[in-house]
Amino acid sequence: MIAEAGLAALWLAAALALLQFVFGAMALRPGGGALLGAVRPVAVVQGVLVALAFGLLVLCFLRTDLSVELVARNSHSATPWLYKFAGTWGNHEGSMLLWVMILGVAGGAVALLERRLPEPTLIATLAAQAVIGLGFYAFLLFASNPFARLAAPPAEGLSLNPLLQDPGLAFHPPTLYIGYVGLSVAFSFAVGALVTRDVGADFARAMRPWVLGAWILLTLGITAGSYWAYYELGWGGWWFWDPVENASLMPWLAATALLHSVTVLATRDGLRAWTVMLAVVAFSMSMVGTFLVRSGILTSVHAFAVDPRRGSFILALLLIYIGGALALFALRVGTVREGSRFDMVSREGALVVNNLLLSAILGIVLVGTLYPLAVEAVSGEKLSVGPPYFNAAAGPLALILVAVMGAGPVMRWRRDDLLPVARRVAMPLLLAAAALLAVALLAPGIHVLPLLGLVAAAGVGAASLAPLWKRNLRRTPLFTWGMVISHLGVAVSLAGMASESAFTQETLVASRIGETHRVGPYSVRLDGVEPVVGPNWTAVEASLTVRRGDGPPTVMHPQARMFSTPPTETNESAIATHVDGQLYTVLGKDDGQGRWQLRLWWKPFVTLIWAGGALIAIGGALALFGRIRRAGRAQRAERATQGYLA
Amino acid sequence: MKRALIALALIAAAPALADSSLPPAALANTQLPDPKQEAAAKALMVTLRCLVCQGQSIADSDAEIAGDMRALVRRRIQAGEKPEDIRQWLIARYGNWVSYAPPVEPVTWPLWGAPILLLVAGTVIARGSLKRRRRT
Repeated sequence: MIAEAGLAALWLAAALALLQFVFGAMALRPGGGALLGAVRPVAVVQGVLVALAFGLLVLCFLRTDLSVELVARNSHSATPWLYKFAGTWGNHEGSMLLWVMILGVAGGAVALLERRLPEPTLIATLAAQAVIGLGFYAFLLFASNPFARLAAPPAEGLSLNPLLQDPGLAFHPPTLYIGYVGLSVAFSFAVGALVTRDVGADFARAMRPWVLGAWILLTLGITAGSYWAYYELGWGGWWFWDPVENASLMPWLAATALLHSVTVLATRDGLRAWTVMLAVVAFSMSMVGTFLVRSGILTSVHAFAVDPRRGSFILALLLIYIGGALALFALRVGTVREGSRFDMVSREGALVVNNLLLSAILGIVLVGTLYPLAVEAVSGEKLSVGPPYFNAAAGPLALILVAVMGAGPVMRWRRDDLLPVARRVAMPLLLAAAALLAVALLAPGIHVLPLLGLVAAAGVGAASLAPLWKRNLRRTPLFTWGMVISHLGVAVSLAGMASESAFTQETLVASRIGETHRVGPYSVRLDGVEPVVGPNWTAVEASLTVRRGDGPPTVMHPQARMFSTPPTETNESAIATHVDGQLYTVLGKDDGQGRWQLRLWWKPFVTLIWAGGALIAIGGALALFGRIRRAGRAQRAERATQGYLA
Repeated sequence: MKRALIALALIAAAPALADSSLPPAALANTQLPDPKQEAAAKALMVTLRCLVCQGQSIADSDAEIAGDMRALVRRRIQAGEKPEDIRQWLIARYGNWVSYAPPVEPVTWPLWGAPILLLVAGTVIARGSLKRRRRT
């Protein structure tokens, strides 16, 4: 019954999405005013119903209802409950239902919470959100039904892919998806404002918190995913320029550009058409990413669903939505009056450079990801585009972008002059020069990208604090703090990346029991290898005695796990985190002659990569909170004045 | 299935590579004694694709063939061969698919031209709009 109820809820939600679109379209016609009030409640109920459908699927997984095909294929009665729960979205159908649920709930949240957008634009926005929903409901119901039953339930399920049986699965996909799909709100806002020809500063102020919210979760999701890959895959890599990673990076790049251009629009009423365009592009990138991951067009560690028919379905949706939005943009862009003017040397000018560089990097990642697919489709030739291309093409642009980020926040709106700006960033520039000298002296022979990364991180880290200089810190608005902390996070993360790639030390050995090996400042002794049994796996576990210099010994236990259903081996690395870096240890196979493979890495300051990512997200959260509080205050003040006047 | 076929083809094509009953080749999971040579080998390995894996380089894959390719790279580096020559040798056998560094050939001109084109187009758009703003 639970599965049938879930399917019914899903159909009802789809029907309400249709109703939401029809009501919205009719309400916007002349004389349709009576329907204006009906759209919001429909959107809310649609959100509730799709959330209910998702909740019921989770329940099927928690109860390991093997008569549901999806559960039988992706779960097992012996799976620990956390992975039964998170396994709901560790497969194609479940993750698409999560996707659609976030879409529906986001629409409901806009209907419930958005008070600043003029009513007609809001209705057009909700109608647009409903149209997106309809396509993906159709995809679920006709091509990816998560609630399908099996006529003869098997005695036992096939279990979740062991690589996914990690707490990361409970956190990474939902955050990433909320960010991904949250951008649909920006897309719908843009479509709504184009329909009602209402692009301006007020529109930007209304859209900004939604973009910010999605961007924060996207940042967290990417950061968490990077750390997950780092410790789970067992080779110490944290970013592979894998197409699936690129699929999450592209919406982030677009959303970051949008976040900055929407500020120009909200503060100075400039960059109107460009901001609308970016809002369309950001969610388009989310859909492109969904297509790449869900269609099985890629062969990568993340592609756990392969079905070409589904691929063409998503591709068709993609073309309809992106094409439709771009056509609307082309039709209406002439009516979007260009906003206010500004000088090249100004805060707006710096933000334009920011947008230019972010868009160029986005273009590079997009081309690098899609080009090999296109070449293979046309000529059958298989190409690989990987780190050498992306680092060479996007790396220098990213460094320039970071440098501009250091100077932008100390520039004035509308018009500024280079000399005073240079004076304001004199201290950071000196610091960068000192860093250059220090690195060149202490680490001769360092590669040029990590060198520039360290130098930029030092300079920009200092420059990011400059907006707080000579200010009363207690009266500095929360969103300024947010910007400062996010920018500092970029510098911190960059320092971690540069340090990891320049200073990592690696030791790979075949070790007998009792032998000691050196890696960086550590000595590591293999004391023994013992069998261990877990809930649904067996493992061999090494005991390593680790000493730093002459310091006290500590013990680490890397494991090599064997899962029986399906037969899979995974490495569980043991990682010791210190203030100045991480010691990363992995146990490999034995060679049949009493020697065990050990992989040992000392990675100085590698944790800064993810600490920086967390700072970026925290800064975003502060800015969001600050904006909402200020908007609330303004509204209360307005109401108070109105009450006084009446 | 396709990947299994590729794997089979590889094993058939190069008998030196892979047989799962044997212990891993020397240098598959151990480093070269000379740190400079090891660094050169590592720099090359991170840019070579593990042919049977899903989007992993041979430097970070548990697959047997990745281990054999690591051993091959290290042996050749140790023998004094240049990294780029090893890459070309592998490309000659397995095609461009094996190298994460796309070659500069007519088929990849759009790929390598894209960053420059994007920057030029972006600058033109940005500057054009600035000028227009100034005139009005």
